[in-house]
Amino acid sequence: MTLSLLFQHIVNALSLGSLYALIAIGYTMVYGILRLINFAHGDVFMLGAYVAFYGITLVSLPWWAALLVSIVFTAFFGIGLEKVAYKPLRDSPRISIMISAIGASFLLESLGVLIFGGRPKGVPVPDVLSKVLHFGSVSMITVSLLIPLFTFALLGVLLWIVNKTKTGMAMRAVSTDIEAARLMAVDVNRIVSFTFGIGSLLAAFGGIMWSFKYPQLNPLMGVMPGLKCFIAAVIGGIGSIGGAVLGGFLLGIIEIMMVAFLPTLSGYRDAFAFILLIVVLLVKPTGLLGKRQAEKV
Amino acid sequence: MNAATQEKTIALPRNRLYSVIAVAAFILLAFIADRFFDAFTLRVFNLCAIYIVLALSLNLLNGFTGLFSLGHAGFMAVGAYVSALLTMSPQLKDMNYFLVPIVPWLHHVTIPFLPALIIAGLVSALVGFLIGAPVLRLRDDYLAIATLGFGEIIRVLITNAQPITNGAQGLKGLPRFSTTFAVWTVAGLVILFMALLMRSSYGRAMKAVRDDELAAEAMGINVFRVKVTSFTVSSFLAGVGGALLGHMITTIDPKMFTFMLTFNILLIVVLGGTGSISGSVISAVVVTILMEALRFLDEPMNLIIFKTQGMPGLRMVVFSILLMVMIIYRQRGLMGNKEFSWDMLRDLFVKKGRKGGDHA
Repeated sequence: MTLSLLFQHIVNALSLGSLYALIAIGYTMVYGILRLINFAHGDVFMLGAYVAFYGITLVSLPWWAALLVSIVFTAFFGIGLEKVAYKPLRDSPRISIMISAIGASFLLESLGVLIFGGRPKGVPVPDVLSKVLHFGSVSMITVSLLIPLFTFALLGVLLWIVNKTKTGMAMRAVSTDIEAARLMAVDVNRIVSFTFGIGSLLAAFGGIMWSFKYPQLNPLMGVMPGLKCFIAAVIGGIGSIGGAVLGGFLLGIIEIMMVAFLPTLSGYRDAFAFILLIVVLLVKPTGLLGKRQAEKV
Repeated sequence: MNAATQEKTIALPRNRLYSVIAVAAFILLAFIADRFFDAFTLRVFNLCAIYIVLALSLNLLNGFTGLFSLGHAGFMAVGAYVSALLTMSPQLKDMNYFLVPIVPWLHHVTIPFLPALIIAGLVSALVGFLIGAPVLRLRDDYLAIATLGFGEIIRVLITNAQPITNGAQGLKGLPRFSTTFAVWTVAGLVILFMALLMRSSYGRAMKAVRDDELAAEAMGINVFRVKVTSFTVSSFLAGVGGALLGHMITTIDPKMFTFMLTFNILLIVVLGGTGSISGSVISAVVVTILMEALRFLDEPMNLIIFKTQGMPGLRMVVFSILLMVMIIYRQRGLMGNKEFSWDMLRDLFVKKGRKGGDHA
């Protein structure tokens, strides 16, 4: 393996890791607040990509405008999803709300097949993003380089919101103890909506970038990334934003490197994330950065 | 109050008579179905039996032991493949394995259906035991996601173990062993087994674990052993169900056993009521028939006013909404955790007749 090839793999790994991190944050924030695995999150990711696609092809918006429209639309969609599918079940057993999430996920996928059509669609990648850059013997597409940059910028904003603003403080309060937060006059519903909005926004951004990097859409495209990013969130320690980012990058890097260095095992690529998940769950169920929680009797 | 108890004691032998009549009527129906139904209807009829087995197997975990497992499709795949490989003739195997030859030790094995079915169940149970032992230390949603992961891992292993499973090509031309007699006998046995299990101390221990793990442990129940037993038995049943499904469709490939299949079974269990055997049975029949009956939704429609050009996906939209509506508005499902009884049926009608009167 030459050095330039290695460098190329590293860039690929970083951009895949960034995408995983963006989606994993949505899982971890929702789990932190509602203790819910939002199975439909991967499908929100798919929706974001489709909305941008139709923005570009049907309405012929410039790509950045389509991106903005899609992000806003998907954020509100995520808020609506929570109101319809999860809010009525907030006081029910956790299994019920999870079944509702599975139902929502299948609903979005089959609606995707119904509305967008089951056949894969090719994405018209804007020239700015698909341009090939050369650094000596290393060549890469612009978008692979931009994804990690965008991701870090968004992460900075997110961390600022969570740690410095009043809303962020309320989010942390709700995730620590939802009842106590309510007693402290935190509007729990608003915070939950806000969390879903942010999570869906990041997922939509991830989905659009994903569709520019791997320019093909299909209604089931969110299933595997969705599961893997949930795994990334668990590996990093679910409930912790830093953990989700760490887990996302770890998973992306390991996945790309495994396919690069051990091509004979590439058939097991999808199984690998699950094996990693099970190992982490058995050895350190709280994940790398998670806090240990005492069991309440 | 006294009169009501008296009525119940008199009702007992009568209820037993009703049950005998119902079973006899069903056996008659099965014979008629086998003779006179057209191929498609008979297939749906038999599919009901297979889904009963699968739903009960998942309900044993989700409903009775309180373990939320999402890896059922994996165990079904194991059962289907084991049974297929054990019953296919060497010639048939040669026809299937044209890309990569089959491993020699499997090539000449051909055994009858019944032992193959049992072995399929046992291998699934073994896999279930091996997976369950470590994973069952997890709880709730972590368990769900870990079992989902194992289901996927099994599927990827099957896809990649080409010399054994023929990989992504799958297996074609499985012997058509899932006759009306075979599937309904198995379904009947499984229903009987579940009913007996739930009356036994094992069944009570499972319910105790479901209701309160700590309390169960305090009562001297070995919680972990109960969980592993339940998981293993459930895997056995899933393997048998998967094998029956394989021999009915006569073609299996790894893509068949995705999370989608688990979703269908979960739908049946939730609609029927987690923790009710009769609920699962009724729901399995209803959902299976609906799944086939609503197939028209995916096809082109002519509604006089407007014509649609076939809407693939609409059927699954209906089922997903059904699941969500059920879980949001009636979490207990059709039967809750109650069982069907003739008294219940009578109460239902009597109450309807008395509506508006006092509720004493």
